[in-house]
Amino acid sequence: MQVIIGFFIILAHLVAGNLLSSLIGGFIPGSVIGMVLMFISLVTGIVKDHQIRTVATFLTDNMTMFFLPAFMGIMDLWGIIRMNIVAWVVVVVVSTLMVLLSTAFAQDGIESLLSKFRDKK
Amino acid sequence: MLLLTVGAYLLGVWVKKKSGLALLHPFLISIPVIITVLTVLDIPCKTYIEHNKLIDFLLGPCVVSLGLLLYDNRQIVVKNFIGIMTSVVVGSLIGIASVVLLVKAFGLNDIFLLSLEPKSVTTPIAMSISESIGGNVSLTAVSVVLCGFVGAVFGPLCIKIAKIKSPVSKGLSMGCASHGLGTARAIEMGAVEGAVSGLAIALMGLATAVIIPLFNLVLLHLIS
Repeated sequence: MQVIIGFFIILAHLVAGNLLSSLIGGFIPGSVIGMVLMFISLVTGIVKDHQIRTVATFLTDNMTMFFLPAFMGIMDLWGIIRMNIVAWVVVVVVSTLMVLLSTAFAQDGIESLLSKFRDKK
Repeated sequence: MLLLTVGAYLLGVWVKKKSGLALLHPFLISIPVIITVLTVLDIPCKTYIEHNKLIDFLLGPCVVSLGLLLYDNRQIVVKNFIGIMTSVVVGSLIGIASVVLLVKAFGLNDIFLLSLEPKSVTTPIAMSISESIGGNVSLTAVSVVLCGFVGAVFGPLCIKIAKIKSPVSKGLSMGCASHGLGTARAIEMGAVEGAVSGLAIALMGLATAVIIPLFNLVLLHLIS
């Protein structure tokens, strides 16, 4: 029963997210809006975390399984990827490291700025 | 077909557990297994994908469940609100802009542009973003995983060379750049790093989902 209730709550948030998403012309994916709605429901106490924990952890812990079928779809694109494989790998590697360093520097910078500000007070 | 997916996944998880290697992602085992079985039994890829629609459907609930992750770590966000929010937005912007610039520089097809933009986000969110902006969902999924490996392997070294001190910065950068795989490594660094990294997965997903369509709108405007 616990599992069904949890799944029902999660599905309800997904549906609400999809509805809102179509209202704004699909600008933001419904599942992402659903995630925010879930957070709001948890914070406001409409949903208690123990009600969804079992199902939610099952889903997030086994995420890999859910996108295995999507991976197989890559076969259709294999030709175009193989032609550009070096460029593709370079784009992903360089961009990933840029994200890593920029977030780390931003957070480190802001933290030291804030601590200096507090010291002056 | 469903049996094949679940079975291949189970095998992947089992091998990972036995080997004790954090970087041995279950997908590295599962994908070759699925390909081998399909080839041996002479089943077309399309049939396999169609029969697995049920599993595909669970990606949405998966994203919604990330809301719990956000809720569990809300104290850290409240404590470092300005820093975390700014850094996530900066990281997201740099990630999208660098993809656009690099893809243009290499003269790659637009399908690469649209499929790679959400690459630093956790796979299910990246796939929904890719789908809504017209990218190729499969190319996105594979890029996301590559991205995860890059960050998980080179991330700790980069953090050391860049002399990043704060545990929040370390966790945040690992989670923002390399989602789940980065978080697995961040957990090894420490409890704070792990928690922040997990949280970064959800925040980065949200930030990127909002920024990409706006970014593309501006880009389209600039070109025309």
